[in-house]
Amino acid sequence: MIDKKDVEYAAGLAQLKLDEEEKEKYTEQIGEILNYVDKLSELDTDDVVPTAYTVPMKNVLREDQVKDSLPREKSLANAPDEKDGHFRAPKIMSD
Amino acid sequence: MNIYDLTIHELKEKIAAGELTPAEIKKAYAARINEVEDRVKSYITITDELAEEELADYENKKEGLLAGIPIAVKDNMSTDGIKTSCGSKMLENYKPPYDATVVEKLNEAGAVIMGKTNMDEFAMGSSTENSAFFDTHNPWNLNHAPGGSSGGSAAAVAAGECAAALGSDTGGSIRQPASYCGVVGLKPTYGMVSRYGLVAFASSLDQIGPITKDVEDSAILMNVIAGHDPKDSTSIEGKKEDYTEYLKEDVSGMKIGIPEEYFNLEFDEEVKASVLAAVEKLKEAGAEVETVHMIDASYALAAYYVIAPAEASSNLARYDGVRYGLRSEQAADISEMFTNTRLEGFGDEVKRRIMIGTYALSSGYYDAYYLKAQKVRTLIKDDFDRIFNDFDLIITPTAPSTAIELESKSDPLEMYHTDIFTVPINIAGVPAMSVPCGFDSSEMPIGLQLIGPHFGEGKIIQAAYTLEKLLNIKEKRAEL
Repeated sequence: MIDKKDVEYAAGLAQLKLDEEEKEKYTEQIGEILNYVDKLSELDTDDVVPTAYTVPMKNVLREDQVKDSLPREKSLANAPDEKDGHFRAPKIMSD
Repeated sequence: MNIYDLTIHELKEKIAAGELTPAEIKKAYAARINEVEDRVKSYITITDELAEEELADYENKKEGLLAGIPIAVKDNMSTDGIKTSCGSKMLENYKPPYDATVVEKLNEAGAVIMGKTNMDEFAMGSSTENSAFFDTHNPWNLNHAPGGSSGGSAAAVAAGECAAALGSDTGGSIRQPASYCGVVGLKPTYGMVSRYGLVAFASSLDQIGPITKDVEDSAILMNVIAGHDPKDSTSIEGKKEDYTEYLKEDVSGMKIGIPEEYFNLEFDEEVKASVLAAVEKLKEAGAEVETVHMIDASYALAAYYVIAPAEASSNLARYDGVRYGLRSEQAADISEMFTNTRLEGFGDEVKRRIMIGTYALSSGYYDAYYLKAQKVRTLIKDDFDRIFNDFDLIITPTAPSTAIELESKSDPLEMYHTDIFTVPINIAGVPAMSVPCGFDSSEMPIGLQLIGPHFGEGKIIQAAYTLEKLLNIKEKRAEL
Protein backbone atom coordinates (compact mmCIF):
# COMPACT_ATOMS: atom_id res chain seq x y z
CA MET A 1 0.00 0.00 0.00
CA ILE A 2 1.23 3.46 -0.90
CA ASP A 3 2.16 5.74 2.01
CA LYS A 4 3.10 9.39 2.40
CA LYS A 5 6.78 8.62 1.86
CA ASP A 6 6.00 7.05 -1.54
CA VAL A 7 4.00 10.13 -2.49
CA GLU A 8 6.86 12.40 -1.48
CA TYR A 9 9.30 10.24 -3.44
CA ALA A 10 7.16 10.28 -6.63
CA ALA A 11 6.59 14.02 -6.27
CA GLY A 12 10.35 14.53 -6.08
CA LEU A 13 10.95 12.46 -9.23
CA ALA A 14 8.25 14.42 -11.07
CA GLN A 15 9.51 17.83 -9.86
CA LEU A 16 6.21 18.50 -8.12
CA LYS A 17 5.96 20.45 -4.90
CA LEU A 18 3.10 19.34 -2.66
CA ASP A 19 1.86 20.88 0.58
CA GLU A 20 0.96 18.72 3.60
CA GLU A 21 -2.73 18.69 2.76
CA GLU A 22 -2.05 17.56 -0.82
CA LYS A 23 0.30 14.83 0.40
CA GLU A 24 -2.44 13.44 2.65
CA LYS A 25 -5.06 13.72 -0.08
CA TYR A 26 -2.92 12.12 -2.80
CA THR A 27 -1.82 9.32 -0.49
CA GLU A 28 -5.45 8.41 0.05
CA GLN A 29 -6.68 8.94 -3.52
CA ILE A 30 -3.72 7.31 -5.27
CA GLY A 31 -3.99 4.46 -2.77
CA GLU A 32 -7.60 3.90 -3.81
CA ILE A 33 -6.74 4.06 -7.51
CA LEU A 34 -3.82 1.63 -7.16
CA ASN A 35 -6.05 -0.63 -5.10
CA TYR A 36 -8.44 -0.72 -8.05
CA VAL A 37 -5.53 -1.28 -10.45
CA ASP A 38 -4.47 -4.29 -8.37
CA LYS A 39 -7.33 -6.24 -9.96
CA LEU A 40 -4.93 -6.71 -12.91
CA SER A 41 -3.20 -9.37 -10.84
CA GLU A 42 -6.32 -11.53 -11.19
CA LEU A 43 -5.40 -12.08 -14.85
CA ASP A 44 -2.77 -14.66 -15.71
CA THR A 45 -0.16 -12.98 -17.91
CA ASP A 46 2.77 -15.40 -17.42
CA ASP A 47 3.35 -16.15 -21.11
CA VAL A 48 1.92 -12.92 -22.49
CA VAL A 49 4.06 -10.53 -24.52
CA PRO A 50 3.48 -6.87 -23.58
CA THR A 51 1.95 -4.53 -26.18
CA ALA A 52 3.14 -0.95 -26.56
CA TYR A 53 1.38 -0.15 -29.84
CA THR A 54 -1.74 -1.99 -30.91
CA VAL A 55 -1.38 -1.49 -34.65
CA PRO A 56 1.40 -3.60 -36.18
CA MET A 57 4.33 -1.37 -37.10
CA LYS A 58 7.93 -2.23 -37.83
CA ASN A 59 10.83 0.19 -37.48
CA VAL A 60 9.74 3.35 -39.25
CA LEU A 61 12.66 4.67 -41.23
CA ARG A 62 13.11 7.56 -43.64
CA GLU A 63 15.83 9.05 -45.77
CA ASP A 64 18.08 11.39 -43.84
CA GLN A 65 17.40 14.49 -45.89
CA VAL A 66 17.85 18.11 -44.94
CA LYS A 67 14.50 19.88 -44.83
CA ASP A 68 13.29 23.27 -43.68
CA SER A 69 13.13 23.69 -39.93
CA LEU A 70 11.67 26.41 -37.75
CA PRO A 71 13.58 29.68 -37.95
CA ARG A 72 15.33 30.56 -34.71
CA GLU A 73 13.19 33.58 -33.94
CA LYS A 74 10.02 31.51 -34.24
CA SER A 75 11.44 28.83 -31.96
CA LEU A 76 12.31 31.46 -29.40
CA ALA A 77 9.07 33.41 -29.71
CA ASN A 78 7.49 31.61 -26.74
CA ALA A 79 10.60 31.60 -24.55
CA PRO A 80 9.97 33.02 -21.06
CA ASP A 81 13.51 34.42 -21.22
CA GLU A 82 16.08 34.54 -24.01
CA LYS A 83 19.44 36.04 -24.72
CA ASP A 84 21.58 36.17 -27.86
CA GLY A 85 19.43 33.61 -29.64
CA HIS A 86 19.41 31.16 -26.74
CA PHE A 87 16.90 30.11 -24.09
CA ARG A 88 17.96 31.59 -20.78
CA ALA A 89 17.36 29.73 -17.51
CA PRO A 90 18.23 30.51 -13.87
CA LYS A 91 21.72 29.44 -12.84
CA ILE A 92 22.30 25.74 -12.30
CA MET A 93 25.54 25.83 -10.28
CA SER A 94 25.45 27.46 -6.88
CA ASP A 95 28.05 30.08 -5.99
CA MET B 1 -34.47 25.18 -39.91
CA ASN B 2 -31.87 27.75 -38.83
CA ILE B 3 -28.60 28.00 -40.73
CA TYR B 4 -26.72 27.10 -37.54
CA ASP B 5 -28.67 23.83 -37.28
CA LEU B 6 -27.54 22.62 -40.70
CA THR B 7 -25.00 19.84 -41.20
CA ILE B 8 -21.83 20.07 -43.31
CA HIS B 9 -23.47 18.25 -46.22
CA GLU B 10 -26.59 20.43 -46.06
CA LEU B 11 -24.48 23.60 -46.01
CA LYS B 12 -22.44 22.30 -48.96
CA GLU B 13 -25.65 21.63 -50.92
CA LYS B 14 -26.94 25.12 -50.20
CA ILE B 15 -23.67 26.69 -51.27
CA ALA B 16 -23.65 24.61 -54.45
CA ALA B 17 -27.26 25.56 -55.21
CA GLY B 18 -26.48 29.24 -54.69
CA GLU B 19 -28.94 29.47 -51.78
CA LEU B 20 -26.30 30.47 -49.23
CA THR B 21 -22.87 32.06 -49.49
CA PRO B 22 -19.99 31.14 -47.18
CA ALA B 23 -20.12 34.72 -45.86
CA GLU B 24 -23.77 34.33 -44.87
CA ILE B 25 -23.01 31.00 -43.23
CA LYS B 26 -20.11 32.39 -41.24
CA LYS B 27 -22.26 35.35 -40.17
CA ALA B 28 -25.05 33.03 -39.00
CA TYR B 29 -22.68 30.93 -36.90
CA ALA B 30 -20.93 33.99 -35.45
CA ALA B 31 -24.36 35.40 -34.50
CA ARG B 32 -25.25 32.07 -32.88
CA ILE B 33 -22.03 32.18 -30.85
CA ASN B 34 -22.95 35.69 -29.70
CA GLU B 35 -26.40 34.51 -28.74
CA VAL B 36 -25.54 31.40 -26.69
CA GLU B 37 -21.86 31.42 -25.78
CA ASP B 38 -22.28 33.20 -22.43
CA ARG B 39 -24.52 30.28 -21.34
CA VAL B 40 -22.74 27.33 -22.98
CA LYS B 41 -19.11 28.51 -22.85
CA SER B 42 -17.74 26.12 -25.46
CA TYR B 43 -14.81 28.24 -26.60
CA ILE B 44 -11.58 29.26 -24.93
CA THR B 45 -10.66 31.39 -27.94
CA ILE B 46 -12.89 32.72 -30.72
CA THR B 47 -10.72 32.98 -33.84
CA ASP B 48 -12.75 35.51 -35.75
CA GLU B 49 -9.73 37.06 -37.48
CA LEU B 50 -8.61 33.64 -38.75
CA ALA B 51 -12.17 32.83 -39.85
CA GLU B 52 -12.34 36.08 -41.86
CA GLU B 53 -8.95 35.35 -43.48
CA GLU B 54 -10.08 31.88 -44.47
CA LEU B 55 -13.35 33.24 -45.78
CA ALA B 56 -11.47 35.78 -47.89
CA ASP B 57 -9.53 32.88 -49.40
CA TYR B 58 -12.71 31.01 -50.31
CA GLU B 59 -12.41 31.46 -54.08
CA ASN B 60 -9.07 29.61 -54.04
CA LYS B 61 -10.38 26.78 -51.89
CA LYS B 62 -13.86 26.33 -53.20
CA GLU B 63 -13.20 22.84 -54.53
CA GLY B 64 -12.23 21.78 -51.00
CA LEU B 65 -14.41 19.32 -49.09
CA LEU B 66 -15.05 21.87 -46.34
CA ALA B 67 -15.05 25.08 -48.39
CA GLY B 68 -16.85 27.75 -46.40
CA ILE B 69 -17.83 25.38 -43.55
CA PRO B 70 -17.48 26.67 -39.94
CA ILE B 71 -15.42 24.22 -37.86
CA ALA B 72 -14.26 24.29 -34.23
CA VAL B 73 -10.98 22.78 -33.03
CA LYS B 74 -10.18 21.47 -29.57
CA ASP B 75 -7.64 23.64 -27.80
CA ASN B 76 -4.97 20.92 -27.73
CA MET B 77 -4.36 21.06 -31.49
CA SER B 78 -1.65 23.50 -32.51
CA THR B 79 -2.69 26.57 -34.49
CA ASP B 80 0.13 28.73 -35.85
CA GLY B 81 0.25 32.01 -33.94
CA ILE B 82 -3.05 31.34 -32.17
CA LYS B 83 -3.25 30.49 -28.49
CA THR B 84 -3.34 26.74 -27.81
CA SER B 85 -3.86 26.47 -24.05
CA CYS B 86 -4.79 22.80 -23.62
CA GLY B 87 -7.12 24.03 -20.89
CA SER B 88 -4.07 24.67 -18.70
CA LYS B 89 -2.51 27.65 -16.97
CA MET B 90 0.79 26.14 -18.09
CA LEU B 91 0.01 27.06 -21.72
CA GLU B 92 -2.33 29.99 -21.08
CA ASN B 93 -0.27 32.31 -23.29
CA TYR B 94 1.31 29.75 -25.60
CA LYS B 95 1.07 30.46 -29.33
CA PRO B 96 2.46 27.51 -31.32
CA PRO B 97 4.93 28.34 -34.09
CA TYR B 98 3.28 25.86 -36.48
CA ASP B 99 -0.04 24.22 -37.41
CA ALA B 100 -0.99 20.68 -36.43
CA THR B 101 -1.35 18.43 -39.49
CA VAL B 102 -5.13 18.23 -38.96
CA VAL B 103 -5.35 22.03 -38.85
CA GLU B 104 -3.32 22.21 -42.06
CA LYS B 105 -5.74 19.72 -43.63
CA LEU B 106 -8.76 21.75 -42.51
CA ASN B 107 -7.17 24.83 -44.07
CA GLU B 108 -6.45 23.05 -47.34
CA ALA B 109 -10.06 21.81 -47.44
CA GLY B 110 -11.29 25.40 -47.15
CA ALA B 111 -12.71 25.17 -43.61
CA VAL B 112 -13.49 28.35 -41.68
CA ILE B 113 -12.10 27.85 -38.18
CA MET B 114 -14.41 29.54 -35.68
CA GLY B 115 -12.44 28.92 -32.51
CA LYS B 116 -10.58 26.71 -30.07
CA THR B 117 -12.77 24.76 -27.69
CA ASN B 118 -12.69 24.23 -23.95
CA MET B 119 -11.39 20.95 -22.52
CA ASP B 120 -10.22 19.23 -19.37
CA GLU B 121 -6.66 20.32 -18.64
CA PHE B 122 -4.31 18.33 -20.92
CA ALA B 123 -7.37 16.23 -21.87
CA MET B 124 -7.39 14.62 -18.43
CA GLY B 125 -10.98 14.37 -17.33
CA SER B 126 -14.48 13.32 -18.26
CA SER B 127 -16.58 16.45 -17.69
CA THR B 128 -14.48 19.45 -18.88
CA GLU B 129 -14.64 20.64 -15.26
CA ASN B 130 -10.85 20.21 -15.09
CA SER B 131 -10.38 23.15 -17.46
CA ALA B 132 -8.21 25.73 -15.70
CA PHE B 133 -10.47 28.48 -17.02
CA PHE B 134 -14.20 27.74 -16.72
CA ASP B 135 -16.87 25.05 -17.00
CA THR B 136 -18.69 24.32 -20.26
CA HIS B 137 -22.43 23.71 -19.97
CA ASN B 138 -24.40 20.98 -21.70
CA PRO B 139 -26.70 22.62 -24.29
CA TRP B 140 -29.50 20.13 -23.43
CA ASN B 141 -29.49 21.19 -19.80
CA LEU B 142 -27.12 23.91 -18.65
CA ASN B 143 -26.80 22.42 -15.15
CA HIS B 144 -25.22 19.33 -16.64
CA ALA B 145 -21.67 18.72 -17.83
CA PRO B 146 -20.98 18.31 -21.55
CA GLY B 147 -18.73 15.35 -20.81
CA GLY B 148 -15.04 15.40 -21.51
CA SER B 149 -12.40 15.90 -22.23
CA SER B 150 -13.60 17.27 -25.61
CA GLY B 151 -16.61 18.86 -23.88
CA GLY B 152 -16.19 22.23 -25.57
CA SER B 153 -16.17 20.65 -29.04
CA ALA B 154 -19.26 18.50 -28.36
CA ALA B 155 -21.17 21.39 -26.78
CA ALA B 156 -20.25 23.73 -29.65
CA VAL B 157 -21.65 21.25 -32.20
CA ALA B 158 -24.80 20.58 -30.15
CA ALA B 159 -25.42 24.31 -29.61
CA GLY B 160 -24.95 25.22 -33.29
CA GLU B 161 -21.81 27.25 -32.56
CA CYS B 162 -20.06 25.46 -35.43
CA ALA B 163 -21.09 22.98 -38.13
CA ALA B 164 -18.69 20.33 -36.81
CA ALA B 165 -15.63 20.05 -34.61
CA LEU B 166 -12.46 18.09 -33.99
CA GLY B 167 -11.89 16.37 -30.67
CA SER B 168 -9.23 14.04 -29.33
CA ASP B 169 -9.85 10.72 -27.60
CA THR B 170 -7.46 8.93 -25.24
CA GLY B 171 -9.99 6.93 -23.21
CA GLY B 172 -13.33 8.19 -24.51
CA SER B 173 -12.82 11.94 -24.79
CA ILE B 174 -14.61 12.21 -28.16
CA ARG B 175 -17.30 9.56 -27.69
CA GLN B 176 -18.43 10.23 -24.12
CA PRO B 177 -19.04 14.00 -24.66
CA ALA B 178 -20.69 13.21 -28.01
CA SER B 179 -23.01 10.86 -26.13
CA TYR B 180 -23.74 13.45 -23.40
CA CYS B 181 -24.44 16.18 -26.00
CA GLY B 182 -26.50 14.11 -28.46
CA VAL B 183 -24.04 14.32 -31.37
CA VAL B 184 -21.92 11.86 -33.37
CA GLY B 185 -18.31 11.26 -32.28
CA LEU B 186 -15.79 8.97 -33.95
CA LYS B 187 -12.49 7.76 -32.53
CA PRO B 188 -10.62 6.36 -35.53
CA THR B 189 -8.24 3.40 -35.47
CA TYR B 190 -5.00 4.31 -33.72
CA GLY B 191 -2.74 5.79 -36.41
CA MET B 192 -5.46 6.74 -38.93
CA VAL B 193 -5.16 10.46 -38.17
CA SER B 194 -1.86 12.25 -37.68
CA ARG B 195 -1.07 13.33 -34.12
CA TYR B 196 1.54 15.84 -35.31
CA GLY B 197 0.80 19.08 -33.45
CA LEU B 198 -1.60 17.45 -31.00
CA VAL B 199 -0.37 18.24 -27.49
CA ALA B 200 0.57 14.79 -26.21
CA PHE B 201 -1.24 13.18 -23.27
CA ALA B 202 -0.79 9.39 -23.67
CA SER B 203 0.90 8.86 -27.00
CA SER B 204 -0.01 5.20 -27.54
CA LEU B 205 -3.72 5.95 -26.97
CA ASP B 206 -4.34 9.51 -28.26
CA GLN B 207 -6.28 9.87 -31.49
CA ILE B 208 -7.99 12.84 -33.18
CA GLY B 209 -11.47 12.44 -34.65
CA PRO B 210 -14.64 14.24 -35.77
CA ILE B 211 -17.59 15.40 -33.67
CA THR B 212 -20.54 16.09 -35.96
CA LYS B 213 -24.31 16.55 -36.17
CA ASP B 214 -24.75 13.36 -38.17
CA VAL B 215 -22.96 10.28 -39.53
CA GLU B 216 -22.59 11.65 -43.06
CA ASP B 217 -20.63 14.63 -41.71
CA SER B 218 -18.40 12.24 -39.78
CA ALA B 219 -17.50 10.48 -43.05
CA ILE B 220 -16.82 13.80 -44.80
CA LEU B 221 -14.58 15.03 -42.00
CA MET B 222 -12.72 11.71 -41.93
CA ASN B 223 -12.05 12.09 -45.66
CA VAL B 224 -10.35 15.39 -44.81
CA ILE B 225 -8.28 14.43 -41.76
CA ALA B 226 -7.36 10.73 -42.19
CA GLY B 227 -4.21 9.53 -43.89
CA HIS B 228 -0.51 8.95 -43.45
CA ASP B 229 1.69 11.81 -42.31
CA PRO B 230 5.48 11.54 -42.52
CA LYS B 231 5.65 13.85 -39.50
CA ASP B 232 3.96 11.23 -37.29
CA SER B 233 5.87 7.94 -37.30
CA THR B 234 2.88 6.17 -35.72
CA SER B 235 0.52 7.14 -38.54
CA ILE B 236 -0.51 4.33 -40.84
CA GLU B 237 0.17 4.13 -44.58
CA GLY B 238 -2.24 2.93 -47.22
CA LYS B 239 -5.39 2.40 -45.17
CA LYS B 240 -7.34 5.56 -45.93
CA GLU B 241 -10.60 5.07 -47.79
CA ASP B 242 -13.39 7.21 -49.18
CA TYR B 243 -15.61 6.96 -46.12
CA THR B 244 -18.64 8.48 -47.88
CA GLU B 245 -18.89 5.25 -49.89
CA TYR B 246 -20.18 3.60 -46.73
CA LEU B 247 -23.18 5.93 -46.39
CA LYS B 248 -25.56 3.13 -47.26
CA GLU B 249 -28.79 2.11 -45.58
CA ASP B 250 -27.95 -1.55 -45.35
CA VAL B 251 -27.13 -3.82 -42.43
CA SER B 252 -28.47 -7.06 -43.89
CA GLY B 253 -26.21 -9.95 -42.96
CA MET B 254 -24.00 -7.72 -40.82
CA LYS B 255 -22.89 -9.64 -37.75
CA ILE B 256 -23.12 -7.70 -34.51
CA GLY B 257 -21.84 -8.93 -31.14
CA ILE B 258 -23.38 -7.83 -27.84
CA PRO B 259 -20.86 -8.41 -25.02
CA GLU B 260 -22.69 -9.77 -22.01
CA GLU B 261 -19.93 -8.68 -19.60
CA TYR B 262 -20.50 -5.04 -20.60
CA PHE B 263 -24.28 -5.15 -20.35
CA ASN B 264 -24.05 -6.92 -17.00
CA LEU B 265 -22.20 -3.99 -15.43
CA GLU B 266 -24.24 -1.79 -13.15
CA PHE B 267 -25.47 1.20 -15.10
CA ASP B 268 -28.50 3.34 -15.89
CA GLU B 269 -31.51 1.17 -16.85
CA GLU B 270 -32.87 3.80 -19.24
CA VAL B 271 -29.56 3.83 -21.11
CA LYS B 272 -29.55 0.05 -21.29
CA ALA B 273 -33.15 -0.11 -22.55
CA SER B 274 -32.53 2.55 -25.20
CA VAL B 275 -29.38 0.86 -26.53
CA LEU B 276 -31.03 -2.56 -26.65
CA ALA B 277 -34.08 -1.10 -28.43
CA ALA B 278 -31.76 0.37 -31.08
CA VAL B 279 -30.02 -3.01 -31.45
CA GLU B 280 -33.47 -4.57 -31.97
CA LYS B 281 -34.10 -2.10 -34.82
CA LEU B 282 -30.86 -3.14 -36.50
CA LYS B 283 -31.93 -6.75 -36.11
CA GLU B 284 -35.28 -6.02 -37.74
CA ALA B 285 -33.36 -4.38 -40.57
CA GLY B 286 -31.49 -7.62 -41.20
CA ALA B 287 -28.45 -7.56 -38.92
CA GLU B 288 -27.49 -10.82 -37.22
CA VAL B 289 -27.21 -10.07 -33.52
CA GLU B 290 -25.60 -12.46 -31.05
CA THR B 291 -24.47 -12.31 -27.44
CA VAL B 292 -20.69 -12.61 -27.09
CA HIS B 293 -18.35 -13.01 -24.12
CA MET B 294 -15.42 -10.69 -23.55
CA ILE B 295 -12.96 -9.75 -20.82
CA ASP B 296 -14.74 -7.59 -18.24
CA ALA B 297 -14.31 -3.89 -19.07
CA SER B 298 -13.08 -3.13 -15.56
CA TYR B 299 -9.72 -4.79 -16.40
CA ALA B 300 -9.28 -2.39 -19.30
CA LEU B 301 -10.08 0.53 -17.01
CA ALA B 302 -7.49 -0.72 -14.53
CA ALA B 303 -4.86 -1.08 -17.29
CA TYR B 304 -5.75 2.37 -18.60
CA TYR B 305 -5.12 4.02 -15.24
CA VAL B 306 -1.58 2.69 -15.33
CA ILE B 307 -0.72 3.18 -19.01
CA ALA B 308 -2.25 6.62 -19.53
CA PRO B 309 -0.78 8.26 -16.41
CA ALA B 310 2.60 6.60 -17.08
CA GLU B 311 2.79 8.04 -20.59
CA ALA B 312 1.44 11.36 -19.32
CA SER B 313 4.07 11.63 -16.62
CA SER B 314 6.71 11.25 -19.29
CA ASN B 315 5.04 13.57 -21.84
CA LEU B 316 4.40 16.31 -19.31
CA ALA B 317 8.00 16.34 -18.10
CA ARG B 318 8.62 18.90 -20.88
CA TYR B 319 6.76 21.62 -18.95
CA ASP B 320 9.74 22.97 -17.09
CA GLY B 321 9.46 26.70 -17.75
CA VAL B 322 12.50 26.85 -20.02
CA ARG B 323 11.42 26.93 -23.67
CA TYR B 324 7.75 27.87 -23.71
CA GLY B 325 4.71 28.08 -21.49
CA LEU B 326 4.60 29.35 -17.96
CA ARG B 327 7.71 30.18 -15.95
CA SER B 328 7.35 30.91 -12.26
CA GLU B 329 8.61 34.30 -11.14
CA GLN B 330 9.34 32.80 -7.72
CA ALA B 331 12.64 31.06 -8.25
CA ALA B 332 16.07 31.50 -6.74
CA ASP B 333 17.62 28.67 -8.73
CA ILE B 334 16.78 26.26 -11.54
CA SER B 335 15.40 23.52 -9.33
CA GLU B 336 12.98 25.91 -7.64
CA MET B 337 12.05 27.28 -11.06
CA PHE B 338 11.05 23.78 -12.19
CA THR B 339 8.97 22.93 -9.13
CA ASN B 340 7.33 26.34 -8.78
CA THR B 341 6.47 26.45 -12.48
CA ARG B 342 4.82 23.05 -12.24
CA LEU B 343 3.12 24.03 -8.99
CA GLU B 344 1.58 27.15 -10.52
CA GLY B 345 0.92 25.64 -13.94
CA PHE B 346 -0.70 22.26 -13.26
CA GLY B 347 -4.15 21.63 -11.79
CA ASP B 348 -5.18 18.94 -9.33
CA GLU B 349 -6.07 16.10 -11.74
CA VAL B 350 -2.96 16.60 -13.85
CA LYS B 351 -0.74 16.45 -10.78
CA ARG B 352 -2.56 13.34 -9.55
CA ARG B 353 -2.01 11.55 -12.85
CA ILE B 354 1.65 12.59 -13.07
CA MET B 355 2.06 11.18 -9.56
CA ILE B 356 0.37 7.85 -10.42
CA GLY B 357 2.41 7.54 -13.61
CA THR B 358 5.69 8.42 -11.97
CA TYR B 359 5.03 5.93 -9.20
CA ALA B 360 4.03 3.16 -11.63
CA LEU B 361 7.22 3.68 -13.64
CA SER B 362 9.53 4.04 -10.66
CA SER B 363 12.12 1.42 -9.91
CA GLY B 364 10.67 -1.55 -8.05
CA TYR B 365 7.13 -0.97 -9.29
CA TYR B 366 7.65 -1.01 -13.07
CA ASP B 367 6.99 -4.75 -13.45
CA ALA B 368 4.05 -4.85 -11.08
CA TYR B 369 2.23 -1.94 -12.68
CA TYR B 370 3.45 -0.79 -16.09
CA LEU B 371 4.65 -4.09 -17.53
CA LYS B 372 1.62 -5.89 -16.11
CA ALA B 373 -0.74 -3.32 -17.70
CA GLN B 374 1.05 -3.68 -21.07
CA LYS B 375 0.54 -7.43 -20.88
CA VAL B 376 -3.12 -6.99 -20.05
CA ARG B 377 -3.32 -4.69 -23.07
CA THR B 378 -2.24 -7.68 -25.18
CA LEU B 379 -5.02 -9.81 -23.66
CA ILE B 380 -7.63 -7.11 -24.35
CA LYS B 381 -6.46 -6.52 -27.91
CA ASP B 382 -6.48 -10.29 -28.59
CA ASP B 383 -9.96 -10.49 -27.08
CA PHE B 384 -11.26 -7.90 -29.57
CA ASP B 385 -9.43 -9.63 -32.44
CA ARG B 386 -11.05 -12.92 -31.47
CA ILE B 387 -14.55 -11.41 -31.61
CA PHE B 388 -13.84 -9.65 -34.91
CA ASN B 389 -12.87 -12.98 -36.49
CA ASP B 390 -16.57 -13.79 -36.45
CA PHE B 391 -18.30 -10.42 -36.15
CA ASP B 392 -18.35 -7.15 -38.10
CA LEU B 393 -19.16 -4.93 -35.15
CA ILE B 394 -19.67 -4.86 -31.39
CA ILE B 395 -22.31 -2.64 -29.79
CA THR B 396 -22.26 -1.27 -26.23
CA PRO B 397 -23.59 1.87 -24.56
CA THR B 398 -21.16 4.81 -24.89
CA ALA B 399 -21.47 5.86 -21.26
CA PRO B 400 -23.09 4.33 -18.17
CA SER B 401 -25.48 7.27 -17.82
CA THR B 402 -26.68 10.40 -19.57
CA ALA B 403 -24.81 13.66 -18.86
CA ILE B 404 -23.84 13.99 -15.20
CA GLU B 405 -24.67 17.19 -13.32
CA LEU B 406 -21.91 19.74 -12.95
CA GLU B 407 -19.99 19.37 -9.66
CA SER B 408 -21.66 16.03 -8.93
CA LYS B 409 -18.56 13.82 -8.84
CA SER B 410 -15.63 14.78 -6.64
CA ASP B 411 -14.07 11.34 -6.20
CA PRO B 412 -11.51 10.67 -8.98
CA LEU B 413 -12.21 6.94 -9.20
CA GLU B 414 -15.95 7.58 -9.50
CA MET B 415 -15.30 9.99 -12.37
CA TYR B 416 -12.98 7.46 -14.06
CA HIS B 417 -15.88 4.99 -14.12
CA THR B 418 -17.85 7.22 -16.52
CA ASP B 419 -15.36 5.99 -19.16
CA ILE B 420 -15.79 2.27 -18.47
CA PHE B 421 -17.33 1.51 -21.90
CA THR B 422 -14.98 3.67 -23.94
CA VAL B 423 -11.56 2.96 -22.41
CA PRO B 424 -11.20 -0.67 -23.68
CA ILE B 425 -11.41 0.61 -27.27
CA ASN B 426 -8.32 2.82 -26.87
CA ILE B 427 -6.48 0.00 -25.10
CA ALA B 428 -7.18 -2.24 -28.13
CA GLY B 429 -6.51 0.57 -30.64
CA VAL B 430 -9.69 -0.17 -32.58
CA PRO B 431 -12.15 2.45 -33.96
CA ALA B 432 -15.50 3.26 -32.35
CA MET B 433 -18.30 5.75 -32.84
CA SER B 434 -20.91 7.14 -30.49
CA VAL B 435 -24.22 7.79 -32.20
CA PRO B 436 -27.37 9.15 -30.51
CA CYS B 437 -29.98 6.42 -29.95
CA GLY B 438 -32.63 8.11 -27.82
CA PHE B 439 -33.44 10.28 -24.81
CA ASP B 440 -34.02 9.49 -21.15
CA SER B 441 -37.03 10.62 -19.11
CA SER B 442 -35.34 13.99 -18.44
CA GLU B 443 -34.94 14.51 -22.20
CA MET B 444 -31.17 14.06 -22.03
CA PRO B 445 -29.55 12.30 -25.01
CA ILE B 446 -28.32 8.69 -24.86
CA GLY B 447 -25.40 7.41 -26.95
CA LEU B 448 -24.74 3.99 -28.44
CA GLN B 449 -21.20 2.84 -29.21
CA LEU B 450 -20.38 0.93 -32.40
CA ILE B 451 -16.97 -0.74 -32.29
CA GLY B 452 -15.16 -2.15 -35.32
CA PRO B 453 -11.89 -4.00 -35.98
CA HIS B 454 -8.69 -2.09 -36.84
CA PHE B 455 -9.39 -0.03 -40.00
CA GLY B 456 -13.09 -0.94 -39.76
CA GLU B 457 -14.35 2.65 -39.84
CA GLY B 458 -16.34 1.95 -43.00
CA LYS B 459 -18.59 -0.72 -41.49
CA ILE B 460 -19.09 1.45 -38.40
CA ILE B 461 -20.20 4.35 -40.59
CA GLN B 462 -22.53 2.11 -42.60
CA ALA B 463 -24.25 0.65 -39.52
CA ALA B 464 -24.45 4.04 -37.79
CA TYR B 465 -25.89 5.66 -40.92
CA THR B 466 -28.53 2.92 -41.12
CA LEU B 467 -29.35 3.26 -37.43
CA GLU B 468 -29.68 7.03 -37.79
CA LYS B 469 -32.26 6.53 -40.56
CA LEU B 470 -34.13 3.88 -38.56
CA LEU B 471 -34.33 6.00 -35.40
CA ASN B 472 -35.04 9.29 -37.14
CA ILE B 473 -34.03 11.51 -34.19
CA LYS B 474 -31.14 13.43 -35.71
CA GLU B 475 -33.19 16.53 -36.51
CA LYS B 476 -33.82 17.06 -32.82
CA ARG B 477 -31.72 19.90 -31.40
CA ALA B 478 -31.01 21.24 -27.94
CA GLU B 479 -33.22 24.25 -27.22
CA LEU B 480 -31.32 27.25 -25.96
